[in-house]
Amino acid sequence: MVGLEHYLGVAAALFVVGIFGIFLNRKNIIVLLMSIELILLAVNINLVAFSTHLGNLQGQVFTMFVLTVAAAEAAIGLAILVTFFRGRGSIAVEDVNVMKG
Amino acid sequence: MTSFDLQAILPELILAVYAMLALLAAVYTGKDKTTPLVTYATAAVMLALALYIGLGDPVTGPAFGGLIMADAYARFAKVGILVAAAAVLLAGEATMLRRGLGRFEYPLLISLATVGMMIMVSAADLMTLYMGLELQSLSLYVVAAMKRDSVKSTEAGMKYFILGALSSGLLLYGASLAYGYAGTTRFDGIIAAATDGHVGMGLLFGLTFVAAGLAFKVSAVPFHMWTPDVYEGAPTPVTAFFATAPKLAAMGLFGRVMFDAFGNAVADWQQIIALMAVLSMFLGAVAAIGQTNIKRLMAYSSISHMGFALLGLAAGTAYGVQAMLVYMAIYLTMNVGTFAFIMSMERDGMQVTEISALNQYAKHEPVKALAMLVLLFSLAGVPPMVGFFGKLYVLNAAVQADLTWLAVAGVIASVIGAFYYLRIVYYMYFGESEERLETPMSPAAWVMLVGSAAAMLLGVINLFGVEGAAAAAAAALVN
Repeated sequence: MVGLEHYLGVAAALFVVGIFGIFLNRKNIIVLLMSIELILLAVNINLVAFSTHLGNLQGQVFTMFVLTVAAAEAAIGLAILVTFFRGRGSIAVEDVNVMKG
Repeated sequence: MTSFDLQAILPELILAVYAMLALLAAVYTGKDKTTPLVTYATAAVMLALALYIGLGDPVTGPAFGGLIMADAYARFAKVGILVAAAAVLLAGEATMLRRGLGRFEYPLLISLATVGMMIMVSAADLMTLYMGLELQSLSLYVVAAMKRDSVKSTEAGMKYFILGALSSGLLLYGASLAYGYAGTTRFDGIIAAATDGHVGMGLLFGLTFVAAGLAFKVSAVPFHMWTPDVYEGAPTPVTAFFATAPKLAAMGLFGRVMFDAFGNAVADWQQIIALMAVLSMFLGAVAAIGQTNIKRLMAYSSISHMGFALLGLAAGTAYGVQAMLVYMAIYLTMNVGTFAFIMSMERDGMQVTEISALNQYAKHEPVKALAMLVLLFSLAGVPPMVGFFGKLYVLNAAVQADLTWLAVAGVIASVIGAFYYLRIVYYMYFGESEERLETPMSPAAWVMLVGSAAAMLLGVINLFGVEGAAAAAAAALVN
């Protein structure tokens, strides 16, 4: 029987993969954008699982909002990526280094 | 949907509708030729709304079935946000034009970000919180990358976007856990889930993730990495905006979540916030010493100031919240003036951000140099400037809440921090002579600079009544 904790486990695993994707990735900014999507999907799984478990709809409504905002976020991220590429001629993570922070 | 609900979000509605109509109007008429007009109109709308919120009939109570909370706390933060946004727009208008950034989208994106910030501070539900936060963040990512032909600006936008999206993800994961373990997304339901002063394990995880996400937005250590790069790379008027209104909004949201949603478990989050406050104060003070770029220096300065504001929050009392609000109001005033100066710095029409360029500045421009001297002393917390009383306020709140070690750490950090502000003053008055620095200022920017410096001196009398408003706001939040 698949219960709440299984869903939470999958979500937590996806969340951690997403976080590691951002911090360990040394290749490409697109991969960073994909990692962000993974994090948001982990959140969605959490919300829907809790919503079914609790028997109220708030979590599913929240998921709709998260999905919508994630789409807008990806659009803006890609737009910034394009302007960055025009200036720098590369989208490698190691080339995001004009300023040292 | 009753008329009360609409009344509670009327300012947000007006500003959002204004932004969309102005966008259409500007696209169908003169495009970028309308920029000055759109900027002034935006600032006028913001100031009018600030007057309406501040002086109009107060609307109090939960709206939209508990999604939005209208109270004195939200009103205080909204007035601060609107005034700061309008001030930065007016001060930066001439500079944006001179740097070839006179695009009409800029004031409109700022208005949309402002709508997001106003929703943030009146959020009473995790969903409202998230929508407000994202509306603000998405607009800010775009304005950070406004200078499209500059590698620095687009890199700043890129970094801000990646780390901002990561922080939203952390916050959202925390929100999903809070929802799951409290059974509701409403703050009044989450606060009821905390019994006998502590929250359960699941909710504690949620609280921690939410606090981490919010710490990103206020740029508190250890979530501060983006701040210096974004401040340096973004066009200076945009940096001025980042350093003011969004900080107040994020701080307001921080207080809102901690007290409205987790107010029954103060002991659970007090330690987290206290630790972040200490780290921010010290890192901000120490890391700024080696900076040669004034925008990076201001980034570390704002990290340090956020540490002090968190000090007030860490007290966990109404007096602490009041101290935090007063501190933020003072911080906004100082930063508007300081950035009005920084964005005017140039040589042969090219922007200059090196601190050493200020050498001997006082000889050529005694009035502006004096205004900067007052502002820098105030930022450092030297009495009798108002900045000193802001620090005293939060330290007092920490002591009253039995966090004396925190207050002692605050004093030490403030002494260390004073060094780099005074170094700038030293350069301006006694530095080695160098090629002359030009600071052409529009009348608006000049008024902001001199006005905020004057406020730092005259505010000593009664803080312009901010204290009373902050006390009412804090009483509405903490009960």
